[in-house]
Amino acid sequence: MKDIFTGKLVRLSAFDPDEMSKAFPRWYLNSEYVRLLNSSARVMQSPKAALKWMEEEVGEMSPASYFFSIRTLADDKLIGELGLDVFNWSGRDAFVGLGIGETEYWGKGYGTDVMNVLLRFAFTEINLRRVTLTVFEYNPRAIRSYEKAGFRHEGRVRQMLNREGRRWDELFMGILREEWLELNDPTSAGEWNRKEMDKNL
Amino acid sequence: MFDIQTQLFEGKDIRFGPIDHEKDPQIEARWTHDSDFMRMMDISPARPMSAALVKKQYEKLEKQIDEDKNLYHFAIRAREDDRLIGKAAIQWIEWANGNGFLRLGIGAAEDRGKGYGSEALRMLLRFGFAELNLFRLSAIVPEYNTAAMASLKKFGFVEEVRRRQSVERDARRWDVLVFGLLKDEWLKHSEEVLRQAQA
Amino acid sequence: MRDLFRGERVHLTFEEPETHAKSEVRWQLDSEFVRLADSDPLELSSEKKIRDRVEKRFEKGFQPERYSFSVRTLTEDKLIGFFGLYLDLIHSEAWVGIGIGERDFWGKGYGTDMMKICLRYAFSELGVQRVALGLHAYNERALRSYEKAGFRLEGRTRQDMLREGKRTDTLWMGILREEWLQQNGDNP
Repeated sequence: MKDIFTGKLVRLSAFDPDEMSKAFPRWYLNSEYVRLLNSSARVMQSPKAALKWMEEEVGEMSPASYFFSIRTLADDKLIGELGLDVFNWSGRDAFVGLGIGETEYWGKGYGTDVMNVLLRFAFTEINLRRVTLTVFEYNPRAIRSYEKAGFRHEGRVRQMLNREGRRWDELFMGILREEWLELNDPTSAGEWNRKEMDKNL
Repeated sequence: MFDIQTQLFEGKDIRFGPIDHEKDPQIEARWTHDSDFMRMMDISPARPMSAALVKKQYEKLEKQIDEDKNLYHFAIRAREDDRLIGKAAIQWIEWANGNGFLRLGIGAAEDRGKGYGSEALRMLLRFGFAELNLFRLSAIVPEYNTAAMASLKKFGFVEEVRRRQSVERDARRWDVLVFGLLKDEWLKHSEEVLRQAQA
Repeated sequence: MRDLFRGERVHLTFEEPETHAKSEVRWQLDSEFVRLADSDPLELSSEKKIRDRVEKRFEKGFQPERYSFSVRTLTEDKLIGFFGLYLDLIHSEAWVGIGIGERDFWGKGYGTDMMKICLRYAFSELGVQRVALGLHAYNERALRSYEKAGFRLEGRTRQDMLREGKRTDTLWMGILREEWLQQNGDNP
């Protein structure tokens, strides 16, 4: 039985602050990564400062926050981080932040696969009705990846960013549960096979 | 029957024991990555946890046991090699009314289907009724967990409440059932089982 | 859109720690009231303890899983009771705790009015899929009131209460969003 944490190329696993605080220095030294990274503000910190904060936030296990590390199925390698923040319970909407720190995994479908797994989690385990993300206009690779996962363009905050001597827009993208359900079978990961279950105890 | 000789914590293939803060977190952390197991065990969202976080949870648990005095927790180990295979608890105990709620899970898929769960349930019921002197034990089960329901019914639990469409998973809603077993029913059931075994 | 906080006999107000504590310290002395409402053995708390408890909750700021209100009469603005909605955010289910501490206001339709406002708040403002509650089998007045409000009996946990040497059941009730919408179609 496929489970909701596993995709085709990656699986979601525990966000271990200790492991992450060792991976972050490498990832965050890559200025390209940092400038592309679209994650909520919490991860924009020095690793040492982040460790204590990470331990608290992850340990709190609030219904509004979910943290994952991303590992390859092929060799269980840690390649990135993922976070989901429910900011609107009434509309059942959350921000997703995704970063693949190991650059050799860029442009090979890993981002889309992670997003697919995340959306299943968001729509069939947390029961959200929407997922939102922001991405910078100078990150076409990520934009393409999110489009492939089903996100639609919803707007742009014009000239929000100021980098390399010019201004850039920040794009808002979103996907609705109905739209995701049109493309995905909600039970394909967790179809509880009665025969299988009945012989287990 | 005043039977203080039969060990409370020793079963045929399993035993109940305390938490091992050094060895258990790693194993339980692995269970949390099995979303099928987590979704059977809990109604709250499945989340993969690190061994460090599991260890912190254990510390919180033991503190809660001391402070609230309404919770008993057991690590379930295989007798052959003492490895951790599951966990069992009686929680939300109301002493004045004599009530408690059961929780039980065998963590690794390869350890299921061997009767360990049934054995653990039997021991847990004996602990609740014959040692804690509770009057009734309850269990809460989402309707998709047919294995748990079958097991409870085998031990004489009665389906008492159907909370309609109480939980949502896989983009649909499911009922949640509350099962209850009274002490008299457990005694009768145990005698019946004993009689059948001897027959 | 209708006024969410106003019914036909009562209206909702903020649960002000000091005011609430002044009433609750009296209500807790009515053991019949407390035994109808609670399952735990009765204890008596000082007004200070009650006030501190309410204040402490507000220190944490807005919590999306909890909504509690004081209830006052429309005619004299008298504080007569309370209700609270406790949400399971993931599954969109709300549990209700509701009570009228002022005995003079029992059996006069105030409870029914309160529950109406409560359900409207839960379904049309909080958008929940389901509202649930438990009550003692010996609380017949509440059972009738909740049935009138649209709750359906979903079962009973047998003999889980022991009081005055007698064992009684707890009844469990629930109302689904579709059911509430059907009953309040034009009037949400």
